[in-house]
Amino acid sequence: MAERRYTKTHEWVTVDGKTVTVGITDFAQSQLGDVVFLELPSPGRKLALRESFGVVESVKAASDLYSPVAGRVTAVNEKLSAKPELINSDPYGDGWIMKVELAGDLPSDLMDEADYKKAAGAGAQ
Amino acid sequence: MVDFGGWELPQQYTSIRDEHFAVRKVAGLFDISHMGRLWVEGAGAEAYLQSLLTNDISAIAPGHAIYSLMCQEDGGAIDDLVVYREAPTRFLVVVNAGNREKDTAWMREHIPAGVSMTDHTDDTSLIAFQGPLAHALLPKGSSPTDDIPYFGFRAGKVAGVSALISRTGYTGEDGFELFIESARVGEVWDAILAEGKAEGVLPAGLGARDATRLEAALRLYGNDMDETVNPYEAGLGWTVKLGKGDFVGRDALAKVKETGPRRSLIGLETAPGDIPRHGAAVTHAGRRAGAVTSGTHSFFLGHPIALALLEGPSLRVGEKVTVEVRGREAEASVVKLPFYRGSARSAVAPAKS
Repeated sequence: MAERRYTKTHEWVTVDGKTVTVGITDFAQSQLGDVVFLELPSPGRKLALRESFGVVESVKAASDLYSPVAGRVTAVNEKLSAKPELINSDPYGDGWIMKVELAGDLPSDLMDEADYKKAAGAGAQ
Repeated sequence: MVDFGGWELPQQYTSIRDEHFAVRKVAGLFDISHMGRLWVEGAGAEAYLQSLLTNDISAIAPGHAIYSLMCQEDGGAIDDLVVYREAPTRFLVVVNAGNREKDTAWMREHIPAGVSMTDHTDDTSLIAFQGPLAHALLPKGSSPTDDIPYFGFRAGKVAGVSALISRTGYTGEDGFELFIESARVGEVWDAILAEGKAEGVLPAGLGARDATRLEAALRLYGNDMDETVNPYEAGLGWTVKLGKGDFVGRDALAKVKETGPRRSLIGLETAPGDIPRHGAAVTHAGRRAGAVTSGTHSFFLGHPIALALLEGPSLRVGEKVTVEVRGREAEASVVKLPFYRGSARSAVAPAKS
């Protein structure tokens, strides 16, 4: 498994060649509470870096999702439409959200786990 | 943890979904110690409460409780509360946490000589054990409860600890609210959870409390009503007893009753994923009709539900409106209230006039 990298807006990515898998972090799901619905992009859609690509609805609130990379959506996790709670139970596994074919390079401001934990911890205070 | 009227309350202990199902199928245990607890005592206590509250306090005997509103002169709701008659001249009034200071100030302003009011919110605790099996899952060392009617209460023991055991709640389910000395409430909390664990009893947080009360269409002060909303608009006209004698707000409320309320609180349901949030605009027949006051996804019913306060008389069940969801218009249907009728023993009128 490729190393996971993180954004300030609590998305994670793993990179396999040109394919990037995107989800939200364990910290994000714990803050959102029980997820009940996701609005996701259609495969083929082109996303700019940090463009809002969907919405995650939890019991508490609706939150925008922001693309951690620029590229084209190649797949979305169809299981989430029937089981949105996978975001809570397995955010780094079965709760993945979409795959994107990377356009250009990875952005340089993606964080490793230690830096993300520091940033998320500071934001939670 | 979320801030709730200055109290730190857990949104969930484990998962809102699991806690919600526990309350509907078995029983859940809530810490509701944030609710204000005021004792009103004295020879004139009944007359005093009669003069401030919309419901008829003289109708309850010792050992019984009643739901009421407290209104301003113009009929706007100051708070909704439950009055427990402990003795002919002693009452316990349970008020919303966020309104405690406002309520006590208002009540002190009107208090006559010979009536005292003391706030025991900080030295007593209040927990709620709610669910269809709650009565069967009280821990060892608890008093029998079979002869406590809905909205009845009595002094007894729970897990060997002295408690005021009240058959009331805010979930639509049968169950109890337990008033216990703060020093010993932890023992009772632990005993209920330990003995009920095998049956599926869970501690339940604010998320499950809000979902269950909304399914039961129980109003939340601050969301579904405030000082600008009168009881008839909130669908709580059944708590207003115009014939009982004078009380603050009576003249204004008599006029509302005569002419009909300007607005109505209605129930809506939407398609899965379209969760109407508090404040979302509601449109009917192409015109802005009002706003959502409470909305959530109901795990138990499998779709979102909402209360909305709309201009005009109540819409008919089945009528369509649109609700703003994430910046677009989503279709919603008017449905009958409550959204779900649980196991609570309905000795009083349901939450609609």
